[in-house]
Amino acid sequence: MIKHAFVPDYMKRTVITVVGKDKVGIIARVCTYLAENNINILDISQTIVQGFFNMMMIVDAFNSTKDFDTIADDLAHIGEEIGVIIRAQHEDIFDKMHRI
Amino acid sequence: MINIHEVIETNKMITQENLDVRTITLGISLLDCACEDLSEVNIKVYDKITRTAGNLVAAGNKIQKEYGIPIVNKRISVTPVALIGAAACKCPEDFVSIAETMDRAAKEVGVNFIGGYSALVSKAMTQADELLIRSIPEALSRTVSVCSSINVGSTKTGIDMNAVKLLGEIILQTAELTKDKDSIGCAKLVVFCNAPDDNPFMAGAFHGITEGDAVLNIGVSGPGVVKKALENVRGADFETLCETIKKTAFKITRVGQLVAQEASKILGIPFGIVDLSLAPTPAVGDSVAEILEEMGLEYAGAPGTTAALAVLNDQVKKGGVMASSFVGGLSGAFIPVSEDQGMINAVNAGALTLEKLEAMTCVCSVGLDMIAIPGDTKASTISGIIADEMAIGMINQKTTAVRIIPVIGKTVGDKVEFGGLLGHAPIMPVNRFACDSFINRGGRIPAPIHSFKN
Repeated sequence: MIKHAFVPDYMKRTVITVVGKDKVGIIARVCTYLAENNINILDISQTIVQGFFNMMMIVDAFNSTKDFDTIADDLAHIGEEIGVIIRAQHEDIFDKMHRI
Repeated sequence: MINIHEVIETNKMITQENLDVRTITLGISLLDCACEDLSEVNIKVYDKITRTAGNLVAAGNKIQKEYGIPIVNKRISVTPVALIGAAACKCPEDFVSIAETMDRAAKEVGVNFIGGYSALVSKAMTQADELLIRSIPEALSRTVSVCSSINVGSTKTGIDMNAVKLLGEIILQTAELTKDKDSIGCAKLVVFCNAPDDNPFMAGAFHGITEGDAVLNIGVSGPGVVKKALENVRGADFETLCETIKKTAFKITRVGQLVAQEASKILGIPFGIVDLSLAPTPAVGDSVAEILEEMGLEYAGAPGTTAALAVLNDQVKKGGVMASSFVGGLSGAFIPVSEDQGMINAVNAGALTLEKLEAMTCVCSVGLDMIAIPGDTKASTISGIIADEMAIGMINQKTTAVRIIPVIGKTVGDKVEFGGLLGHAPIMPVNRFACDSFINRGGRIPAPIHSFKN
């Protein structure tokens, strides 16, 4: 893995989070969208917090033809369709907050 | 690599605990707009503001989208207008035309407030300073987004009591001219002692003359996040309490630092400072008073409140200072009444009085903020309240401020609704004994001695 501090802006990694009631096909739906748009998944993890399904993916959208805004909007829309909340955020906000 | 629990924690702060970046404030120097021809000044001011701040709102929205953190306000502060208009303005009406220009420019670039309709008169007023101060009631009643601040004292210079006296009258006139909107003009007017040059928060923001041509200052927020963190250490000792506040303040401030750097990169304007202030809003769960209650007080204003606030303020600074490369502005905990639901509840319960608020301002930024008082309060009484608050700032080498609203036609027991971030408030009683002879003396209070600290 490239050390993040040296990653140029245009290669910023994106964190996708999914929060909602667990059901069949959530990961499949999100992964299908990512594959269709040439977005590479670097890491994926999930947990249950207070009865809610929480999933986090770290992805690299560098080779995608879509820009960040469109990807974020598309994912939010897919979330609405399947009844969960999907957010896409640049990784920096988490890195800055939790790492010195 | 970042783990899922850290991601969940951050997003919980944003979605459930009202973590946001309260303001990106772009400071713009207007010193190069000063000349003797008023219409030329107005053209230059409009051009400079719209040229420099043209992309501010778009940049804020871009960052908001990319990081998923709300950026509530995008604002502008400018060089104190008393300096810019000094050569061109011959009467208060001339200054009002600059206020109207600022208002138009703010509307054009899409910001909700523009600060800097200001004068720095900590020792004495120049003729231009006085004209600007006398123009404030008209300026604030004829504009929507313009904010005004006057620095009437400092630890180094003492207090200009002529300005303090005048401002008591100006505040009442401003209230009168905006009485159809619950005297809202006064919510956009702050009187300072030791005003900082780089404050991003309205209504007191102005671009100090020590600053560069343009600079980005960021105000973070997050009382809700601190409150939630403290819920997990109920009953623990002060060491644990302090550590918890400190760690939380660090996290909040890091977000501000990130946003500041990104905005600076996008706009090509240097990053100035992050202001560490915990700024409440009227929203439930976004209250500084609720933090004080969580620390163990029945209401804000109960005995122990000043100590609790001192702890909160100090720990926020200790946590925040390491999180940002440059810290400045007001940096502390704000205790406005109308903008904080917990404060409003405390006033309604009879726990919090004007006098207790004054004591609280000794240990935190910034001062008597957003306090509604009866509309028939005398100008000299308002000046007396200002003088008290300025004295606290002068002696304690800290920023203090007064933003007080005498609501014309209303009295104790009534309520006032300002709307939006300015909130709502009960009218608070004011001490009814007179101070006319003190205020009418005129002149200035000398700078205090800087030794024998007791």
